[in-house]
Amino acid sequence: MSHYVYILVMFAVIYLIRALPMTLIRRPIKSRFIQSFLFYVPYVTLAVMTFPAMIDATQHPLAGVLALVVGVVAAWLGVGLMPVAVLCCVAVFLSELALV
Amino acid sequence: MRQTKTSIPALLAQGARNGIPIGMGYFAVAFALGIQAKAAGLTPFQSFLASLLCNASAGEYAGFGVIKAESGLWMMAVITFVANARYLLMSAAMSQRMDPAGKPIHRFAMSMYITDEIFAITIARPGYLSPWYLYGAALVASPCWAAGTALGCVAGDVMPARAVSALSVAIFGMFLAIIIPPARREKVIAALVAVCFAASFAMSRLPVVSALPEGTRVILLTVVIASAAALLFPVPQKPREEEAEEKGGAGR
Repeated sequence: MSHYVYILVMFAVIYLIRALPMTLIRRPIKSRFIQSFLFYVPYVTLAVMTFPAMIDATQHPLAGVLALVVGVVAAWLGVGLMPVAVLCCVAVFLSELALV
Repeated sequence: MRQTKTSIPALLAQGARNGIPIGMGYFAVAFALGIQAKAAGLTPFQSFLASLLCNASAGEYAGFGVIKAESGLWMMAVITFVANARYLLMSAAMSQRMDPAGKPIHRFAMSMYITDEIFAITIARPGYLSPWYLYGAALVASPCWAAGTALGCVAGDVMPARAVSALSVAIFGMFLAIIIPPARREKVIAALVAVCFAASFAMSRLPVVSALPEGTRVILLTVVIASAAALLFPVPQKPREEEAEEKGGAGR
């Protein structure tokens, strides 16, 4: 199937997700379960997508593990989005000089 | 308390200025995303288009995975929904801060650019949200995102394996930068992240379930773990200041 159809579907769904609450919701969501579920969803999705994908992405799994540790520590210390991403890359690059 | 009137060009300029560091960050991460796009078989133009339209990191990453696996369109829709569900919350939060007297068209246009970073800087400003400030930031950041993706898609294969390997973790580094700071503040989230890592690792290695496409595993884990967390640790319902604002009829 054409990649453009996939891209169109991806765009349509993402846009609807962003636009529907903005345009339709005028009052706070009442259900405590749905509130809580939606509150936890982003953390769960991102965490699940990060590991073990991060250690499978590198040439040597140890480099990925190191990048994970570096990323978690840097993010824990409150380093911004871009610096954390860069630090992870540097960790992989340097460790793979020795590992690969 | 009335909001002081700022001219539209001034708001655009303010947004554009704050969009620069965001755009720089986007460019680096988008480059890594472009490598994913390339791996999924997208052309540089297709990856450019996808990024220009979608403005999503995790969402596009998951979407490119669907294209790579040649799963169906319904799978694309479901995975895109799950990977971007957090924007429902951001959009909902923004809906509470819109000027009721503003033109409805702004709600549609602003929605296009609800990303983690643009949401963060837009909602951090006091008073009603300024559409023009958001547009200014998006005008700088979104092209950086699209250009970075296309460049990653082009240059991904002329780059040495070492560099590709290093850049491939950039996007995960970004995810960590989003989930770890809240985990530091709240023990429940920290425990949740640990559980997610363990469960995700188990599902990727155990027989039978590891044969499921990655996107399916992500959906299953998200629904199960987030539901369990919502049941076990419901988020306290705070009195909504927005309601008070509505009654008061004034912006902050």
